[in-house]
Amino acid sequence: MLDVLVIGGGNAALCAAIAARRDGASVKVLEAASKFYRGGNTRHTRNMRCAHDHATATLTGPYTEAEFFDDLLLVTQGQTDEALARQMIAESKSMLDWIAEQGVRFQPSLGGTLSLGRTNSFFLGGGRAMLNALYRTAEALGVEIEYEAEVVGLDVENGMFLAARLADGREIRAGTLIAASGGFEANIEWLKESWGAAADNFLIRGSPHNRGTVLKLLLDKGVEPVGDPTQCHAVAIDARAPKFDGGIITRLDCVVFGIVVNKHCQRFYDEGEDVWPKRYAIWGRLVAAQPDQIAYILFDARSLELFMPSLYPPIQAPTVAELARKLDLDAQALTRTVEQFNEAVQPGTFDHTQLDDCRTEGLTPPKSHWARRIETAPFYAYPVRPGITFTYLGTRVDADARMRMADGKPAANMFAAGEIMAGNILGRGYAAGIGMTIGSVFGRIAGQRAAKHARN
Amino acid sequence: MHATEAHHTSALAEADRLMTVCNSCRYCEGLCAVFPAMEMRRAFADGDLNYLANLCHGCGACLYDCQFAPPHEFQVNVPSNLAVVRNDSYRHYAWPRALAPVFDRNGLWIALLAVLCVTGFVLGFVATQDPAALGNSGDFYRLMPHRAMVLLFGAAFAYAILALTMSLRAFWRDSGEPASSWSDLWQAMRDAGSLRYLDGGGVGCMNEDERPTDRRRLYHHLTFYGFLLCFAATCVATLYHYLLGREAPYAWTDLPVLLGTAGGIGLVIGPAGLLAAKWKRDPALRDTSRTGMDVAFLVMLFLTSLTGLALLLLRGTPALGPLLALHLGIVLALFATLPYGKFVHGLYRFAALVRYAQERKRF
Repeated sequence: MLDVLVIGGGNAALCAAIAARRDGASVKVLEAASKFYRGGNTRHTRNMRCAHDHATATLTGPYTEAEFFDDLLLVTQGQTDEALARQMIAESKSMLDWIAEQGVRFQPSLGGTLSLGRTNSFFLGGGRAMLNALYRTAEALGVEIEYEAEVVGLDVENGMFLAARLADGREIRAGTLIAASGGFEANIEWLKESWGAAADNFLIRGSPHNRGTVLKLLLDKGVEPVGDPTQCHAVAIDARAPKFDGGIITRLDCVVFGIVVNKHCQRFYDEGEDVWPKRYAIWGRLVAAQPDQIAYILFDARSLELFMPSLYPPIQAPTVAELARKLDLDAQALTRTVEQFNEAVQPGTFDHTQLDDCRTEGLTPPKSHWARRIETAPFYAYPVRPGITFTYLGTRVDADARMRMADGKPAANMFAAGEIMAGNILGRGYAAGIGMTIGSVFGRIAGQRAAKHARN
Repeated sequence: MHATEAHHTSALAEADRLMTVCNSCRYCEGLCAVFPAMEMRRAFADGDLNYLANLCHGCGACLYDCQFAPPHEFQVNVPSNLAVVRNDSYRHYAWPRALAPVFDRNGLWIALLAVLCVTGFVLGFVATQDPAALGNSGDFYRLMPHRAMVLLFGAAFAYAILALTMSLRAFWRDSGEPASSWSDLWQAMRDAGSLRYLDGGGVGCMNEDERPTDRRRLYHHLTFYGFLLCFAATCVATLYHYLLGREAPYAWTDLPVLLGTAGGIGLVIGPAGLLAAKWKRDPALRDTSRTGMDVAFLVMLFLTSLTGLALLLLRGTPALGPLLALHLGIVLALFATLPYGKFVHGLYRFAALVRYAQERKRF
């Protein structure tokens, strides 16, 4: 009988498969997507956050375990499983070398990236290049890989995995199961269970295959859930992006340079609260809370070239009123909002590289930094919607990446890695590259433990 | 921020679209020079795109690394588009303009000219020479006097240099500011000489599929350095002739023959390997409409060295006459078509590398 069955085909799944195979287990990977779309959201990633004691050829300085943990506490506001998080961070140190041994190459941080050169390791060629290397290695080791192999049923008895049923009717039995099949962000109906109709206006940044089928099956079989179903990694992306799989190129890094208004032309949050790398991950939720889940970033000619270009050109007009008409907004209301903002702007020295002294006075909400009058034509706008990267509701796991059952007992032979268990680490919030760390570290642990279990 | 000007061709318009996508992604930045050069711009005029297209070495890595490659709806295929733009640019910068259409059916034109040249030499030999001269003396100057050879090939070569210079000038002016420095030239020589950007950023190139199993870099080195060695052999022989008064044919162990033999061997294996690689190349990576041009240049190089080596081996036999006509005909056709075939890729790519070295210092 097959030792290890891995469901999923992304970073976590492949790390698990490779680790299990290297430890002598027979391994099969079931990827629901076709070969091109293999790898789920890993295809869209570009880096991973790993602790390291020294600068390397591609990292500009040390990033200690303590600092990593502090960053995690900050973004999650303490909502993390501390023991698991510390374990992950400790193991992340050896991950860089391990990943490189699987054929993945790193490079210095990309131009225009969010000042991640010290903390995050970038994959040469991006996430798909990383996946290609992992697949090559897995295939060379003798891992069996099936594409378009969607799992639609699980045979589980009292926390004991027996077999998986595929959409084509086949049944695959195995000694252990590793679930690394992602979250459920592409399942709009599921999102609506907790978000309501608002979820219809969400854009899904990654794979349309992450429908949470396996997650739901596991939870139905008595695996203990972890995380809040409304929590996810969400950013504000261009509203013109495709419903699924638009990836990185629809993101907009210009919030700090202008103002953001909702469909009633009202501002709703401090656009200059902090540097963008520390704030980009909150704007998805902020826009999700606005009527019709839409907002507009407004700025003027002076800011046009201060941020990374993105896929769609900004909407442009010679006056704010004309811009409002192009956006189908109330011209008077938008003009009034811009005027009020402009009047509140205090004199200061603009410096987009640091927290400068350009701020508003007497405005609610305020803009704390980089507040400059919006007055130089032409005027520009980007419409934005919530772009869901991945969800946090998942399966609870222990230090062995072994799933825990709702009755508190460990599952007999079921492990989980990656997005499907990210909620153990991320109760809320996000820090760039941490999804890949969760995938690689718990993927390797799951693979090793599953292989050991299968041997015994 | 996004180019709105009209482009000269639909391939250039597509290149503009692709560069806009790539510039908002940048994952491929570490693969080669094209993407860092792209990042220095926010809008892409035709001259910029021709520059980027010639900076691209066609390693193929960015297609297999791209999360937006077909079948994704964004349809990002940079290598195949830049191959088309690059090939179009050869036609666009051709001098004189009247000869630009030679690029349209390049394989046919070059084949015709080669046949014409070979026929010319055969007829010339038959018409002007004593049949006894076709004997086994190994002295090809009895078949065609050195002076005549120098005049004919010198003229063809001089014309090629002129046409290439004019084309290169147009390309250079189109791609940015005129100035450049010795250090940029030196950097470009190192980058071109090592084919630094034909290796997928260190992983290797892709040719047949997403596995980096490509050997084109090796074959190109054999071709390029083989060509240089053959050129060096000719130069040394010319010096022998005019400075030392030593006339060909030279012995096997003499420098021109050693250089020519080594170069010739490289120039047989290299083009053959490149042709085989081209045959196996993933159609998704190619400009399939211009196969004739690529094949014509490789075949001409291959035949040049093959007939040259055959001449060396058989120069003492009655085959000398026919072989010499064949060899000289092919070399003449090769020289005459240097400005109107795949040879120009080397010049434009070198110029693009100089431009890149220059830009990289500024940013």
